[in-house]
Amino acid sequence: MGNSSSMLTQYDIEEVQEHCNNTFSQQEIVSLYQRFCQLDRNGGGFISADEFMTVPEFAVNPLSQRLLRMLDGLNFKEFVFFLSAFSSRASLQLKVDFIFKVYDSDGNGKVSFNDVLDILRDLTGQFIAEHQREHVLTQVLEEAGYTKDSLLVPADFMKILGSSDLKMEVEVPVD
Amino acid sequence: MNKLNTSSSELDLDRPNIEDYLPSGSIQEPHGELRLRDLLDISPTLTEAAGAIVDDSFTRCFKSNPPEPWNWNIYLFPLWCLGVVVRYMILFPLRVMVLTLGWIVFLSCYFPVHFLLTGQEKLRKRLERGLVELICSFFVASWTGVVKYHGPRPSMRPKQVFVANHTSMIDFIVLEQMTAFAVIMQKHPGWVGLLQSTILESLGCIWFNRSEAKDREIVARKLREHVHGADNNPLLIFPEGTCVNNHYTVMFKKGAFELGCTVCPIAVKYNKIFVDAFWNSRKQSFTTHLLQLMTSWAVVCDVWYLEPQNLKPGETAIEFAERVRDIISVRAGLKKVPWDGYLKYSRPSPKHREQKQQSFAESVLRRLEEK
Repeated sequence: MGNSSSMLTQYDIEEVQEHCNNTFSQQEIVSLYQRFCQLDRNGGGFISADEFMTVPEFAVNPLSQRLLRMLDGLNFKEFVFFLSAFSSRASLQLKVDFIFKVYDSDGNGKVSFNDVLDILRDLTGQFIAEHQREHVLTQVLEEAGYTKDSLLVPADFMKILGSSDLKMEVEVPVD
Repeated sequence: MNKLNTSSSELDLDRPNIEDYLPSGSIQEPHGELRLRDLLDISPTLTEAAGAIVDDSFTRCFKSNPPEPWNWNIYLFPLWCLGVVVRYMILFPLRVMVLTLGWIVFLSCYFPVHFLLTGQEKLRKRLERGLVELICSFFVASWTGVVKYHGPRPSMRPKQVFVANHTSMIDFIVLEQMTAFAVIMQKHPGWVGLLQSTILESLGCIWFNRSEAKDREIVARKLREHVHGADNNPLLIFPEGTCVNNHYTVMFKKGAFELGCTVCPIAVKYNKIFVDAFWNSRKQSFTTHLLQLMTSWAVVCDVWYLEPQNLKPGETAIEFAERVRDIISVRAGLKKVPWDGYLKYSRPSPKHREQKQQSFAESVLRRLEEK
């Protein structure tokens, strides 16, 4: 396809960089653009679900369907913003907020018991019985001071997950 | 071919563990009492997904890297233009003439031999083999092919099969030039298909159709029959099942390794300085690919005939396939990836995802016990 960095002007790169709050360097943005063009085979300006699923490593991931809903129809700028949570320069807050967004599928700013159960189901499949999943979740929730009816907000997530050993980083290959 | 359907091919659980090949993520075995944090923290899985989005070992296998343009300044550009003129105006017509001559010679000898010598099978077969080797030499000459063969030439013995890594259909021509193999290939449309059904058929070639599920058993049977037949041409198989970009090897299909005979590995490596021989079948037709080769300076490659291997006691067919893949990859300087080449055409089996789910589920349940 020959999509080299000459397709992306310096102005474009700076715009994307600003949009993702400088979490990626300019070189990384160029690499991500090459990757974006590689995946966007029909050149539609966004990567379709089918095109994402041609990456076997992504297709076998238990959370792929959830992520596809978030990735659907993103243009390059938004694609970089999506990935910015995985940059080494991203703050802990950014990472925790991203995790919150994955859980909060209806986007109402609150994560319910069922939202967490949905993700747990994706991660464990048929290998834990449904009632056992509910039981485990209820148990750990209560232990942490919440109940089955609690609605978690980003601040809660920060409290639970926000410790310095949260590792969520991906390296962008830069030739 | 944009429609992907779920894979019907076997992605057995007894394949080598994919986790061994994938970049070791932050998946450490968690210990201790199960807390809310452990259930909410999906960062390892998310990191894996993001890692796959950013770069993955499968897509890398089929990427044809465009060469760095070297003609970018005022001195080199005219030189490059001169090169283009020489290649397209001088070399290409010459090559077309050589190829046409070759075809004329071949066809005028082949048809008489094929139809008139029906009584003397042995002689006819020998002449046909020689003629096929001849036309392949003409093809190779038409790309100014410089092929260096290393190792002992294949011999005509029964109960042996040859396997090689696959970069383009020209692999077949390069190897056929030296030995008239019978090959197993995907049936193609167009003029290639015509050649397949006429001339290659007489060599004993076997066809398969990737999209047909039942096809597999029929092909396996044909393979076995061919190999055990005394007078058949040596069989060449490309176990990757698809063209790869000559920097990587994808998983070998076990079909060639469970025929109960010796496997002779052949490694093929093209020199990219002259031309990138990778046939990206998604991007170009074979005709375009050939024309691209005929307007390049040369096709330079090395062919190594490696030591014949046998199934070791206690080794499964898949382990045998992996071992031979290792031998070929090391010789040709290719990196191994744990993916099935057919994932180009279909999605991974749900078994892989289930494996991940299972290991996470087990870890959760285990930690629940630890209370």
